[in-house]
Amino acid sequence: MSLPQTTPLNAFHRQHGGRMVDFAGWDMPVQYKSILEEHKAVRTRCGLFDVSHMGEADVKGPEALKFLQHLVTNDCSKLFPGRVLYTVMCYPHGGVVDDLLVYMRGEGDYLLCINAGNIAKDIAWMQEQAKGFNCTVTDRSPHYAQLAIQGPAAAALVQTLTKTDLTGIKYYHFADGEVARVKCIISRTGYTGEHGVELYCAAADGVRLAEAVVAAGGPFGLELTGLGARDSLRLEAGFPLYGHEITDQITPITAGLGWVVKFDKGAFIGSEVLKAEKEKGSAKKIVFFKTGDRRIVRAETPVLNAAGATVGIVVSGTLSPILNEAIGSALVEAAAAKEALVVDIRGTKLNLSLVKPPFVPLKKN
Amino acid sequence: MSNIPADLRYAKSHEWLKVAPDGTGLVGITDYAQSSLGDITFVQLPKVGAVLAAGATFGVVESVKAASDVYAPVAGTVLAVNAALDANPEKVNSAPYGDAWMLKLKLANPADAAALMSPEDYGKLTG
Repeated sequence: MSLPQTTPLNAFHRQHGGRMVDFAGWDMPVQYKSILEEHKAVRTRCGLFDVSHMGEADVKGPEALKFLQHLVTNDCSKLFPGRVLYTVMCYPHGGVVDDLLVYMRGEGDYLLCINAGNIAKDIAWMQEQAKGFNCTVTDRSPHYAQLAIQGPAAAALVQTLTKTDLTGIKYYHFADGEVARVKCIISRTGYTGEHGVELYCAAADGVRLAEAVVAAGGPFGLELTGLGARDSLRLEAGFPLYGHEITDQITPITAGLGWVVKFDKGAFIGSEVLKAEKEKGSAKKIVFFKTGDRRIVRAETPVLNAAGATVGIVVSGTLSPILNEAIGSALVEAAAAKEALVVDIRGTKLNLSLVKPPFVPLKKN
Repeated sequence: MSNIPADLRYAKSHEWLKVAPDGTGLVGITDYAQSSLGDITFVQLPKVGAVLAAGATFGVVESVKAASDVYAPVAGTVLAVNAALDANPEKVNSAPYGDAWMLKLKLANPADAAALMSPEDYGKLTG
């Protein structure tokens, strides 16, 4: 048997009433009190998420940049120390290995943040691809705890715990600093569509940092927030989740992530296939939808055209607590996406209204 | 511990039945059930006049996490459904035994209620 992995905050979650579930092999809180209330707290005040299950990897060496340019689709030459880049890395056939953040700490010194469920796969893939480059890829995941504090009041809350001027760190930038006397990477990133910070600290300091954030959180309306709210927040924001909008069978072009695929930087893994797809057009595409109804349109629900033929499949679905209706995303035949799309939920036919995400206004620093 | 009122009868599938002296009964889901499901987002109920066999699916209670069938604890005819749950399904979370009743049934045989679980037995099932 294999037991689920635990983050340094596992006991913290249990003490605070977290309802624990298995997520991608990790024992994580799906909620503390209510997914809907936690979601609304992040949109109106702030929430604290344990995201220590996320993976981290160091890429170091004289050819680290050259390797990253080969590995990922976005242009890492645009990075400078203190800058973060969102990207994907692809297989030669264009499917996605993972989506990730690339932090540039210095010349030849990068930190990658990768998905929890993909850590072993990603590290093996990156180490294989790094052969022939003068750099090393090291799994640093067990070293870090990671906390995300997200919402309109998040930065003001964290500011009470640090001397680092958070207004001086712009969206998708980071700085080294101390929060509650814990050494952290303070990153102005997030997965909710709200202002906020993500704090990377030593695993052993994770609980101390979390308790300090909770202790300071009262005046800011802080709620502990679980993975349920994290998923509904990211879907409202229109952000992809690996295994849903992007997979090893769904390319970034198909997923609408063409903005992170930079052909002008030179060849990279998958570039030929992705370029051909961009020029010829995608056979399928990821679309986002709402229904005007509260019935949740769950992943794997067939998407039908007006004639009742299956033209796609739902990949994510939830109830938007802000819009108070079902929202989701689907992988559909590109031609069909121009016409009426329908789902059948327990005998009730619902029309999908396609929406260009986000479903709610995104906030960037 | 979940709340298990003493004046109700319980099905293993987590519905409750409150029988009135006139042979009608109210049906809903238990506090344990609503807590397990989490935020209720949608409740689908049958039409008035529907005839339900004991154990028959009468509707769906949907939460953020899953859609779950709900079952008639006894046989009967639907006299009324709680239309307020259309607009406010979250009442199932806040008042599972009160405002969030789902069906009013005319029991086919009022003695059927005796075959359901007592509060004590339901407490053991969910304890």
